Amino acid sequence: MVNENLVKDVVKEPYKYGFVTDIETEKIEKGLNEDIIKLISQKKEEPRFLLDFRLQAFKKWQKMKEPDWAALGYKKIDYQDIIYYSAPKQKEKISSLDEVDPKLLETFDKLGIPLTEQKKLTNVAVDAVFDSVSIATTFREELAEHGVIFCSISEAVKNHADLIEKYLGTVVPASDNYFAALNSAVFSDGSFVYIPKGVTCPMDLSSYFRINSGDSGQFERTLIIAEESSSVSYLEGCTAPMFDTNTLHAAVVELIALDDASIKYSTVQNWYAGDEEGVGGIFNFVTKRGKCLGKRSKISWSQVETGSAITWKYPSCLLLGEESVGEFYSVALTNNLQQADTGTKMIHIGPKTKSTIVSKGISAGNSKNSYRGLVKMGTKATGSRNYSQCDSMLIGDQASANTFPYIKSQQPNSEIEHEASTCRISEDQLFYLQSRGIEFEEAVSMMVSGFCRDVFNQLPMEFAAEADKLLALKLEGSVG
Amino acid sequence: MQSKMKESDPILEVDNLSASTDNLPILKGVSLTVYPGEIHAIMGRNGCGKSTFSKIIAGHPSYTITNGEIKFLGENINSLEPEERSQSGIFLGFQYPIEIPGVSNLEFLRVSTNARRKFLNKEELDTFDFEELVKEKLEIVKMDQAFLSRSVNQGFSGGEKKRNEILQMALLEPKIAILDETDSGLDIDALRIVASGIKRISNAQTGIILITHYQRLLDEIKPNYVHVMSDGQIIKTGESDLALELEKKGYEWTDNFIKET
Repeated sequence: MVNENLVKDVVKEPYKYGFVTDIETEKIEKGLNEDIIKLISQKKEEPRFLLDFRLQAFKKWQKMKEPDWAALGYKKIDYQDIIYYSAPKQKEKISSLDEVDPKLLETFDKLGIPLTEQKKLTNVAVDAVFDSVSIATTFREELAEHGVIFCSISEAVKNHADLIEKYLGTVVPASDNYFAALNSAVFSDGSFVYIPKGVTCPMDLSSYFRINSGDSGQFERTLIIAEESSSVSYLEGCTAPMFDTNTLHAAVVELIALDDASIKYSTVQNWYAGDEEGVGGIFNFVTKRGKCLGKRSKISWSQVETGSAITWKYPSCLLLGEESVGEFYSVALTNNLQQADTGTKMIHIGPKTKSTIVSKGISAGNSKNSYRGLVKMGTKATGSRNYSQCDSMLIGDQASANTFPYIKSQQPNSEIEHEASTCRISEDQLFYLQSRGIEFEEAVSMMVSGFCRDVFNQLPMEFAAEADKLLALKLEGSVG
Repeated sequence: MQSKMKESDPILEVDNLSASTDNLPILKGVSLTVYPGEIHAIMGRNGCGKSTFSKIIAGHPSYTITNGEIKFLGENINSLEPEERSQSGIFLGFQYPIEIPGVSNLEFLRVSTNARRKFLNKEELDTFDFEELVKEKLEIVKMDQAFLSRSVNQGFSGGEKKRNEILQMALLEPKIAILDETDSGLDIDALRIVASGIKRISNAQTGIILITHYQRLLDEIKPNYVHVMSDGQIIKTGESDLALELEKKGYEWTDNFIKET
């Protein structure tokens, strides 16, 4: 008996980041072949090893088939109809932010990510990526004093080729999956982070990804290396304009944590989700994986997924080091005709490894929201433990929620715990809050925030507030 | 029906109210007027429409008013949203308070109190000021501060839930409170706490409607009027001794009234 129309109104969200920046761009021709890959590599003045890496990945990709096991419904992607490199035209060499096209700075300003010296965020260093290239990275000198490297991956290829050659593709090999192979062949830009031994990164690092053009894909690549006893908290945000075509976003993120190192990787994903009829929106097909290589190392993924027409990703942890720890905290909100198939893989390889999974899926409208996760205990993972909790919340009666937990254990001396629940915002709960003077929309948003609390508690402060606001915004109706 | 001369305007006037849910008539012409300082009790068998009556006053969306009107402080409120009714001073104490997982009781109470304060053009309270206020009110229901950090009603015992309702009433300072079986499921001590809480909150400007089955609450809070409801109608109204008679003779006794009318 819940007033369906009211609920529908409430979950209708306005997308505030849907504008397009009118800027002259340099695009290469559509299509994908060896020449295109050579051209991308040449534009980025890459060393030979990287071109080889790309070409090998391309060969593998050609032999691979696009996976369809997730049963996500979408029109076949024509990979020859995508532009693989698109960059705003600007001066060849930029020595300071003053030389960045004001239109670009304005764009990031509008997105709430001011980059200029006067306005930049005080406690977070930002790498701003626009289509295929990184525009600017703030606080570089300050970070360099601590030995922390934070720059675009293109720069890292030039200035820290040894680290790139040593680590690129070691966590997510090019042959890992179809989209990882594609990314390895054509990746454009992304962030690179290196935290030296014993250093606690003095501020949060953040990348902001902006897709601006409608016909080019975004294939960013991020690599984070935390040396022994170091730690870093990294945040990632994403938005895109509203186009009635679908744009492919196939990123690869690799994290490496050595002995006693810890990496916290938080995402707030708000790519354009398409309209109410499901026209347009980003296909967010991403491979994110962290390798806990060292003893007592820790990798923690937190994600708040609210955007994209389709989200298909499983930020995972390979727990190799003894007593290493993997965590996955996720909130995925789908509305209208959005689809999300997300979760994690916790692969316990070393002994006494520990993993925690907390997933909260909220489905509204006609959306489909699935948790899919694998917990695997290898033969050497004695005394290892996993705890998983997967909760789904349904709003309205047209949305669907699924949970697919896969458990594989080859080690009897290990523990796996799984809890799951599904709930619906009930009319009685809404009436109770309303009868205490709380507006309908606020009541829904209070309950959704309450449902997500366990995950929000894991997010860095500024991000938690942003995530809360974002969910409220997504659930904001045309009323008020 | 109410013969005494009233000096002030009524708080609540329910006039010939009929209402249904899923096309099933539940209320069939209920009239009831509450003046400031009055305490009314509504009694009657389970399923007679008592709870429905309270929910309709509070604006529950499952019920449709098919006839009659509800006037609050002289204004027709038939089409007001539940939150607007609450903000303007109508309070419903739930028979079964609802659990809201994940929403902290403190935050819930604060948002709720501020909604009412905003309506009254009073300054909204931040967390610190609100904590001061709520501490004071906790005293009324003898509740521990630990209740504030828990999720709304989640894992509360029956008595704790009811005390949480009275705490909300104390914070919202309503013009009229309709307490739906607030006494049921309470042990003697809890009943006393709840009853004394209600007495402390009510004053010469407020009206109270107690929906109850038991005399023991009415021993603590003496009503000015007792109404007996049956099949969606008020079939008899009397003073507090009517409740005592009802306790003695049972609801069967009231069945005769229907025949009389």
